[in-house]
Amino acid sequence: MLRFSKSKIIATMAIIVIGLLLAVPSTMTRETRDAFQRSLPGWVPSWLIPSRAIVLGLDLQGGSHVLLEVDVPDLLRTQSTQIRDDIRRILRETRVSPQGGIQMTQRGAQLRVPDAGDRDRLLPRLRELSQPIGNAVIGQTGNRDIDVAVTPEGLITLNFTEAGVNERVRRAVDQAIEVLRRRVDALGTTEPNIQRQGVDRILVQVPGLQDPQRLKDILGRTAKLEFRLLGQQGAADVDMLPMRDAGGQLTPVERQIIVEGGDLVDAQPAFDSRTNEPIVNFRFNIRGAQRFGQATTENIGRPLAIVLDNEVISAPTIQSAITGGSGQISGRFSVQQANDLAVLLRAGALPAKLTIVEERTVGPGLGADSIEAGKMATYVAAILVMIFMFATYGLFGLIANIALLVHVGLIFGLMSVLEATLTLPGIAGIVLTIGTAVDSNVLIYERIREEVKAGRSIVSGVQAGFERAFATIVDSNSTMAIAAVILFFLGSGPVRGFAVVFILGILTTVITAVTLTRMMIALWYHWARPKTLPF
Amino acid sequence: MRLVRLWPENSHFDFMSLRRFSLPFSALISVLTVVMLMTVGLNFGIDFKGGTLMEIQSKTGQADVGKVRQTAESFGFGEVEVQEFGTAGGVSLRFAIQPGGEAAQSAVVQRARDTFGPEYDFQRVETVGPRVSNELVQSGTVGIVLSVIAVLFYLWFRFERELAIGSIIGTLHDIVLTVGFFVITRHEFNMTSIAAILTIVGYSLNETVVVFDRTRELMRRYKTMPTTELLNLSINHTMSRTIMTATTTALSLLALVLFGGRAIEGFAQVMLYGVVICTYSAIFISSPMLIYIGLRSSETAKVPEGKVAAAE
Repeated sequence: MLRFSKSKIIATMAIIVIGLLLAVPSTMTRETRDAFQRSLPGWVPSWLIPSRAIVLGLDLQGGSHVLLEVDVPDLLRTQSTQIRDDIRRILRETRVSPQGGIQMTQRGAQLRVPDAGDRDRLLPRLRELSQPIGNAVIGQTGNRDIDVAVTPEGLITLNFTEAGVNERVRRAVDQAIEVLRRRVDALGTTEPNIQRQGVDRILVQVPGLQDPQRLKDILGRTAKLEFRLLGQQGAADVDMLPMRDAGGQLTPVERQIIVEGGDLVDAQPAFDSRTNEPIVNFRFNIRGAQRFGQATTENIGRPLAIVLDNEVISAPTIQSAITGGSGQISGRFSVQQANDLAVLLRAGALPAKLTIVEERTVGPGLGADSIEAGKMATYVAAILVMIFMFATYGLFGLIANIALLVHVGLIFGLMSVLEATLTLPGIAGIVLTIGTAVDSNVLIYERIREEVKAGRSIVSGVQAGFERAFATIVDSNSTMAIAAVILFFLGSGPVRGFAVVFILGILTTVITAVTLTRMMIALWYHWARPKTLPF
Repeated sequence: MRLVRLWPENSHFDFMSLRRFSLPFSALISVLTVVMLMTVGLNFGIDFKGGTLMEIQSKTGQADVGKVRQTAESFGFGEVEVQEFGTAGGVSLRFAIQPGGEAAQSAVVQRARDTFGPEYDFQRVETVGPRVSNELVQSGTVGIVLSVIAVLFYLWFRFERELAIGSIIGTLHDIVLTVGFFVITRHEFNMTSIAAILTIVGYSLNETVVVFDRTRELMRRYKTMPTTELLNLSINHTMSRTIMTATTTALSLLALVLFGGRAIEGFAQVMLYGVVICTYSAIFISSPMLIYIGLRSSETAKVPEGKVAAAE
């Protein structure tokens, strides 16, 4: 009865060997892996050699996990300002003047036009501002992004619709991801991961960072650069902005923006040739150069404010017309500050303010310690469990131990193929499965013992033991799997790593504890022809 | 070679008679836990409460905890918990969540880095804002509730109704007592604790299912055997497996407690405790419950009296 055909044995062994080979790349460093790939002779196809490896979680290799959220009110403010500017343009073109100007609201703008004739000329133009929402993939949704409403008294409101807000948040996140990628790349770290999370969030993961504070500084800055003229105190069209040189004292700055950061084509850190102070050199594109040239020609002798994120960095006096399209920013920077500012300006401004809602940083030293501790716990757990299994079941215990080792190997193999992330809780999961994986063997062995005791021969006892225990094994592993799957969908980061290991562990137990163990016992039986059970 | 046996062969221990002690005992402990949960409460970590956690290590290997505490309190960021850990000058600081929304939390880290940076290495910094912590509370609660429901469905499909009710009572018992462990030991309750509870849910069912699989099998074989005897027989039959598995699992968790390092030892302790509780509840809670639920309530009527019981 205990028969295993040759082909079945070969198939089982093949699956196990392939599974274990898949784990091999994970035992090497990236350099060794690459070197190995290169050292292969040309006739070996590259797909034949496993190259995928387990990714270490940030808690093990050290690094920063930063979750940023788009500041939606801030985004809407910026967007509403644009609407206001558009309305202003249309008012000029249609020669309508509203009563009391244009008011900004929380999610749009409003104006009062009591004259019906004016309204009739104005409204069609205003309605043009509203765009249908949709894209090539989902097609037209029928929704529009701006809702234009009029009351009988002549109050016209332009408000973003819910869909309009979402659309703008979505676009802002897309843009922000691009900008952040350019910024983080400039830090020169390896393999940063930047991705959208949910609707309005961006997850940035940067492994192995020496200075996480600098990362946060670089991520959090909007980096909106504007060149504006200093204004007169108390004038109508000025904003009061803090001046960095003067210790944050509020200074009037004209609202009119001469040139924006978007018109920069390059920014590089440098040193001022006279004062030796760190500065940032920049170059404008053609449009920026023209505007800047014109403004500097017309305003010689007036101070020009360089405004970064609503703070006046410096306000040098225009000595002569600057028509060459390049210039410099000075502001008592340290070398690093000048460097970072150049990075930020090159990468461009964020479409809206981003707020850090979660940060988790682990130093590389602690990560390495955790790996060592995890290895130690894994070895000790394996040794304890294997000794105990051997002491209880003798030869069958040894068979279970071989299955256990293969089981752990297969978990690593599967994780490598999936390029799954191994986290510290994941290591705990591996240690835990060492304890629970032998459960299937125990169920089978105890059942075999019972069956043989009840008078069956060894062959039929073993056979019955496997068959009867199988239902129980499926039941007990399914209950564990339910909990693990829920954990996978709910958890994030490290906890998810635990769930992955646990789910894979349950899958591989079925292969090792049932198929592999059965095969080994069959082979042993045919070789030794025993009269009694060895336990 | 003499092999180890942790449980004697052919045991006939009367487990069910112990229900006189186990049921009131567990009921009392469960009530106490709920009371303590409402009065003392859990020691929520920053995952659920928000705030900032920092682990710093002295560059010289010697930490002056008193000074760190004094300095940290002088920041004016409210309540700070300062604790020493390890032997090489490790200090952990936990700042409560700062008023003023998401952006206000970063100031704590900035300030601490500036102040302690010259003398200490920052090994771990975790900041969780109010919004994220609320979401984590939500997903943690959803997770536990969902797992209980999912498991209930599984049992309902796989077993008779009575067995399903018995095991879910055992599982709830294990969840309550695990929460009690967190309340009493003041272990930090965070997302990893949710992982521990869910794993315990899985293990708890695993234990009950193994016993009940046997109960179901025996029920079919001995159609007239009284429930108490049937349950005793099931447990005696599966006892050596139960002890084996509890031991191997406990051994690997022990390795984790002793060598797994600071970050994981809390999780391992809870799990170790969970293994004991789950083993206990499968035998002394879920099984005796069946006596009261009435194991054969749906079947007894149609069982023919007579010779089936003589099969063995």
